[in-house]
Amino acid sequence: MQLIYEKSEPGRRAIRWDVLDVPEAKLPEALCRSEAAALPEVAEIDVVRHFTHLSQRNVGIDDTFYPLGSCTMKYNPKIAEVTAAMPGMAQLHPHLSTAPVYQSAVQGAYEMIFALERDLAEIAGMKAASLQPIAGAHGELAGTLLMAAYHRDRGNTGKDTIIVPDSAHGTNPASAVMAGFKVVEVASDEDGTIHLDQFRAVMNDKVAGIMLTCPNTHGLFEKKVAEIAKIAHESGALLYYDGANLNAILGECRPGDLGFDVMHYNLHKTFATPHGMGGPGCGPVGVGERLLPYLPGPRVVQKDDGYALETPEKSIGRMASFFGNFLIAVRAYAYLRHYGDEGLRDISKMAVLNANYIWARLKPYYRPAFEGRFMHEAVFSAVPQAEKGVKAMDIAKALLDRGYHAPTVYFPLTVKECLMIEPTETESKETLDAFCDAMIEIAQLAESNPEAITSAPKTTPVSRLDEVKAARDLDCAYL
Amino acid sequence: MEVARGPFRNGRRKRCGAACEQEHPGELSFLGGGYYDHYVPAAVDALTGRSEFYTAYTPYQPECSQGTLQSIYEYQSAICRLTEMEYANASLYDGGTAVFEAAAMAVRVTGRSKVVVHPSMNPRHVELLHTHCANLPIEIVEGEDPTDAACVIAQNPDFIGTVRDLTALGDACHAAGALFVMTFYPVSLGILKTPGAMGADIAIAEGQSIGMPLGFGGPYLGILATRKKYVRKMPGRIAGATVDGEGRRGFVLTLQAREQHIRRSKAMSNICSNQALCALRALVHLSLLGKEGLREQAVICHSKAEYLKGQLGFAELLNDGPTFNEFAIRLPKSADDVIAALQPQGIHAGLPLSSLSTGDPMDLLIAVTEKHTREDLDRFAKALEEAACS
Repeated sequence: MQLIYEKSEPGRRAIRWDVLDVPEAKLPEALCRSEAAALPEVAEIDVVRHFTHLSQRNVGIDDTFYPLGSCTMKYNPKIAEVTAAMPGMAQLHPHLSTAPVYQSAVQGAYEMIFALERDLAEIAGMKAASLQPIAGAHGELAGTLLMAAYHRDRGNTGKDTIIVPDSAHGTNPASAVMAGFKVVEVASDEDGTIHLDQFRAVMNDKVAGIMLTCPNTHGLFEKKVAEIAKIAHESGALLYYDGANLNAILGECRPGDLGFDVMHYNLHKTFATPHGMGGPGCGPVGVGERLLPYLPGPRVVQKDDGYALETPEKSIGRMASFFGNFLIAVRAYAYLRHYGDEGLRDISKMAVLNANYIWARLKPYYRPAFEGRFMHEAVFSAVPQAEKGVKAMDIAKALLDRGYHAPTVYFPLTVKECLMIEPTETESKETLDAFCDAMIEIAQLAESNPEAITSAPKTTPVSRLDEVKAARDLDCAYL
Repeated sequence: MEVARGPFRNGRRKRCGAACEQEHPGELSFLGGGYYDHYVPAAVDALTGRSEFYTAYTPYQPECSQGTLQSIYEYQSAICRLTEMEYANASLYDGGTAVFEAAAMAVRVTGRSKVVVHPSMNPRHVELLHTHCANLPIEIVEGEDPTDAACVIAQNPDFIGTVRDLTALGDACHAAGALFVMTFYPVSLGILKTPGAMGADIAIAEGQSIGMPLGFGGPYLGILATRKKYVRKMPGRIAGATVDGEGRRGFVLTLQAREQHIRRSKAMSNICSNQALCALRALVHLSLLGKEGLREQAVICHSKAEYLKGQLGFAELLNDGPTFNEFAIRLPKSADDVIAALQPQGIHAGLPLSSLSTGDPMDLLIAVTEKHTREDLDRFAKALEEAACS
């Protein structure tokens, strides 16, 4: 398909401005660019067709089942889009919050922020939450900076290390390093949860915090979490909850009650805001009692005469220029109001049921990565298939030909030839059955005719792409 | 034939009759400070509202994500063309956090730990830089001396709207072995000298002004572009062109060994989710405006701001050089009082600089866009004079 730049014709245009109703002013030439930026010269219909065609070379949840493990690709209710587009939300200038003289113009936005932060804290058993972090990894960064501020404030010198399990998302160690910490990885036990003896072995006075995902990326609940919390707190370390998999436990248990001190939420996972091809997301940070005084500021607080801003006494400062990805938060707020507490409980139950249904149907054909039941995602190892020449990536490509998005493959790194399947609660039994049928057919073909799988995909707009060439002959812009 | 050009023309404040006005009062706003109420063509919402785009995730399976990947490649191309830089990433969160990412990148490239913040910078973005660096061995100093620094970070136009040629600052950075990081305002590059032409090593921007609604602070778009020699130190995702098994052009995420999902604790950044849909908005927006459209938009913004400036003789202009679409004035009385007086008239008079601790309580920052008509500007100038001089 052509690039928009290849469709450009000199002089063609989509926009005509009104005739200038004031005298034209000119800046000194030395301050100006020599030539206009070489943007496309196209008509509106050219742009509309170009991007419509591009969209047709994409697959979203609205097209098909999208069981991308750890990403919680659930259906995004349309009501949230309508709500976020309301002019009172979409057209609000952020600097109205900068000068208190404009405070009366933003009371509605403040009320939404206040209520959503309160709800998020309640859902996770935290004391408070801040919407400032812009994405999940940014929430992790906020959380690790909060831990640093806590230890600094208490004079806990030398606490320079954060423990991360080897099954953690790559963002955990990367965020800890960006916050100035050293990272120590701890291995998983054979049962797929954190190895307690190894954890004890790396636990010492230098440890500032431990980052856990629960359920973890193996799809398993970290059963030893209470013991880990006890060991951590006894040595003065803090416990961080990566909220990537919060969808599995809504209304069933709360990180705060399990002993976690700080966490982030992924509103684009648990609270159904669209993933937008990889963002914008929204990664609020939540804190328990210990970290409350350090929350990013300013915060929306409720006063007798309305809502206002206040910065906590020991705040780490601003994580965002304003209130994070506000219009994404609006969508999550609409979602919460739509479901309420009863609805949220059903969400987790169905998410876990759906994952276990897939596990039960596929386990005769694919090797489960661990013994026992999974929570919200079923994790398999395609090692038996790989031994016959069909790798996890081949299975992923064969699914594309059958009209599905692929599961997450090769993550977590702890599982060889990993297939990580997260169906979410929004899929019907019929959809799960049809997907399982496709997976079983692929498993059978891997035995009888591996070539039929390794040559996939054949029905997509392009076949397998040369990634080595892309990195070697770097071409990242059409100039 | 004569057909009236009504109030629905491009760029005008849309006034669709009394009922609509009632529903959302449609303030006449002069707030800027890095975030501007620019016209967004309807096709931007229509196209980016296609759920094949907004309900997809990160293009981990490139064969079924060519829409995403080609759009990122085209976006990267648009940013390079706009800035006259060589490489752009697929997006960062926003302009504020991009300052930190650029500083961290300069520290990686140079192995130095001092980051110099030029007085031209948005003070809010400097605040973010301090928060993000609180526990890192990075020293943040204010000024413009690049000696022993990883970089000097400067903004053009500066926070109160003054336009400069920063080429000499860039040269000084290079002589001292520091990188020159420049923050730009995308719409202004319709006419202003580019970061590339001024010698920037890293060009960053808040991309809100090219297709994003104001949305009370987000989602916005963090733009980052750089030189070829630094591309492997760049944070975030990058799409690259390649071919498939049949030799057809296709696109993939490339240079992924810089990223957290491969490199974990040794990654260039922790960024995972970025602002891909916002980058698509920017691409569609820039494609609709086109080469001439963006240039004209910049001329219109600048001309209208100059016209308003000419109507405000009663106040002292604080800029010490030419301005683009924003300027600061010192009023004869408190800016807060003047703002309060104008609010009942449905006018948001601008940003009091003292609220960002960067000016006197009488200082007001005023931004003008193509959406303001001459009548709007006349009405505002009159109201402002009445409130300020009464």
